Amino acid sequence: MERRKERTKQAKYKERGTVLAEDQLAQMSKQLDMFKTNLEEFASKHKQEIRKNPQFRVQFQDMCATIGVDPLASGKGFWSEMLGVGDFYYELGVQIIEVCLALKHRNGGLITLEELHQQVLKGRGKFAQDVSQDDLLRAIKKLKVLGNGFGIIPVGGTYLIQSVPAELNMDHTVILQLAEKKGYVTVGEIKSSLKWETERAKQVLEHLLKEGMAWLDTQAAGDPQYWLPALFTELYSQEITPEEAKEAIP
Amino acid sequence: HLADKNSVLKILGRFDSGVLLLSTHRLIWRDQKNHECCIAIPLSQIVFIEEQAAGIGKSAKIVVHLHPASSNKEPGPFQSSKYSYIKLSFKEHGQIEFYRRLSEEITQRRWENLPAAQTMQVNKSPQAGRIRAVGIVGIERKLEEKRKETDKNISEAFEDLSKLMDKAKEMVELSKSIANKIKEKQGDITEDETVKFKSYLLSMGIANPVTRETYGSGTHYHMQLAKQLAGILQAPLEERGGIMSLTEVYCLVNRARGLELLSPEDLVNACKMLESLKLPLRLRIFDSGVMVIELQSHNEEEMVASALETVSEKGSLTADEFAKLVGMSVLLAKERLLLAEKMGHLCRDDSVEGLRFYPNLFMTQS
Repeated sequence: MERRKERTKQAKYKERGTVLAEDQLAQMSKQLDMFKTNLEEFASKHKQEIRKNPQFRVQFQDMCATIGVDPLASGKGFWSEMLGVGDFYYELGVQIIEVCLALKHRNGGLITLEELHQQVLKGRGKFAQDVSQDDLLRAIKKLKVLGNGFGIIPVGGTYLIQSVPAELNMDHTVILQLAEKKGYVTVGEIKSSLKWETERAKQVLEHLLKEGMAWLDTQAAGDPQYWLPALFTELYSQEITPEEAKEAIP
Repeated sequence: HLADKNSVLKILGRFDSGVLLLSTHRLIWRDQKNHECCIAIPLSQIVFIEEQAAGIGKSAKIVVHLHPASSNKEPGPFQSSKYSYIKLSFKEHGQIEFYRRLSEEITQRRWENLPAAQTMQVNKSPQAGRIRAVGIVGIERKLEEKRKETDKNISEAFEDLSKLMDKAKEMVELSKSIANKIKEKQGDITEDETVKFKSYLLSMGIANPVTRETYGSGTHYHMQLAKQLAGILQAPLEERGGIMSLTEVYCLVNRARGLELLSPEDLVNACKMLESLKLPLRLRIFDSGVMVIELQSHNEEEMVASALETVSEKGSLTADEFAKLVGMSVLLAKERLLLAEKMGHLCRDDSVEGLRFYPNLFMTQS
């Protein structure tokens, strides 16, 4: 009785011209094999190009995003296995984590993309493959899923990278952007540029102070200045000290 | 740019951005914007060349050591210099190739054989300008060809990429269709086939359209990975008091692997399966969103009791201080103190000096 029902159902579907899911699955399996071959061919011709050319990598990533494919989702994906893009970005992720950990006590877990780029390049050494800022951003986007609070904050044409699970809402972000120009900001400036009340400005600044992302200079002439250590790399030696490096490796 | 150390040129940035040309007879530099500005050195002046690798803030360079200038040398940017070398700085790329070609030319010394009929007039007078010599035009043409060829290679790569993406797009459409059918039950999909479908999605990097959950969760790959992780992480966890943040795990595992690294999502998806596979580790997510791996035998709530003791002994502690005392990462130290606070054992003093935790005397002394 069951089997007859089953067959009738199938017949009905076939009549209507609808393809069944399991048939499509079989089709997908075949197409997957073919795709794998195509990708292998592509890799044999252009793998080096992807390795060496940051522009090409951007193009590649953008195209993938457009069609709804994430080449970095899994190390087990075809893209990663055959084009080697996976290892490149996942290793970069490790390097980013280590730099951020080492410098966290200096900047509270906020660092400019520029400084991060420099430190990562330094860590990779002279003979390593070149890494662009776009590469860093993509690696960081992937790291978010680890729950460590990785975030990307646009400020004045560049980005601040957050690497600690501190709550930074719109108010905090706006202040960071304001501070980016000079490296510091005062309550007075916030009130005049953003038209905020004193209380609101103070609350946001205090939060940044507590998180170690801002430092207070009460000895400045005029209004006390709230400085962002993430923004004044000139004042620091750019070397990561051995103590800091120890902090970074688990 | 040509860097005569501490030279006026460098400070003025006059010879900062241009194109370097190599002929059988000369080394020529031409300003990128002002083609009338052109300087050259005969290859016969070169004693030897050496490479300087790129570094941070430094571009790759070629140092060209020169014979002393002859008395009838043509006018140039400097009448004389105390240095016997010039440095060519390659800000973008090309140093390696140029060094090779320059070495070749110096070795072959073709200028000795070929008539120097194509002498170049480097004319600094205002009206002068365009270099008319045939040699230069020939070089330019070659450069143009090379550029076209590189462009062609790149555009070939883009073309191939586009074709590949078209095929990938078909796969995405197909997977959406399958997912819809699964949802609307048009056809019977067995358990096995569902797993297969998920692994296809994983291979292609397509988000699971049915559940919208993270890619490839529940595949055999992630199950295997979870089991592997249980093996790899046992000892490190024990060394670290039974708990590690997921970022620590990510770094540890990938550093150990060296190749065929795990993506962050691979790690998370594998860890999500730890509990259901009854492995001796588990994934835990704190209120803050911080994710950790704990040994099953680890009990964070018990650790809170000892944290309370430590804080009481010292009167009060910040996360930093606690971390140093106990030998934990600051991240996990903070989570433990927050948990203790949540459980009512500690209370906080949140000031601009930082977040400090005290034993909750309201609890103990009521």
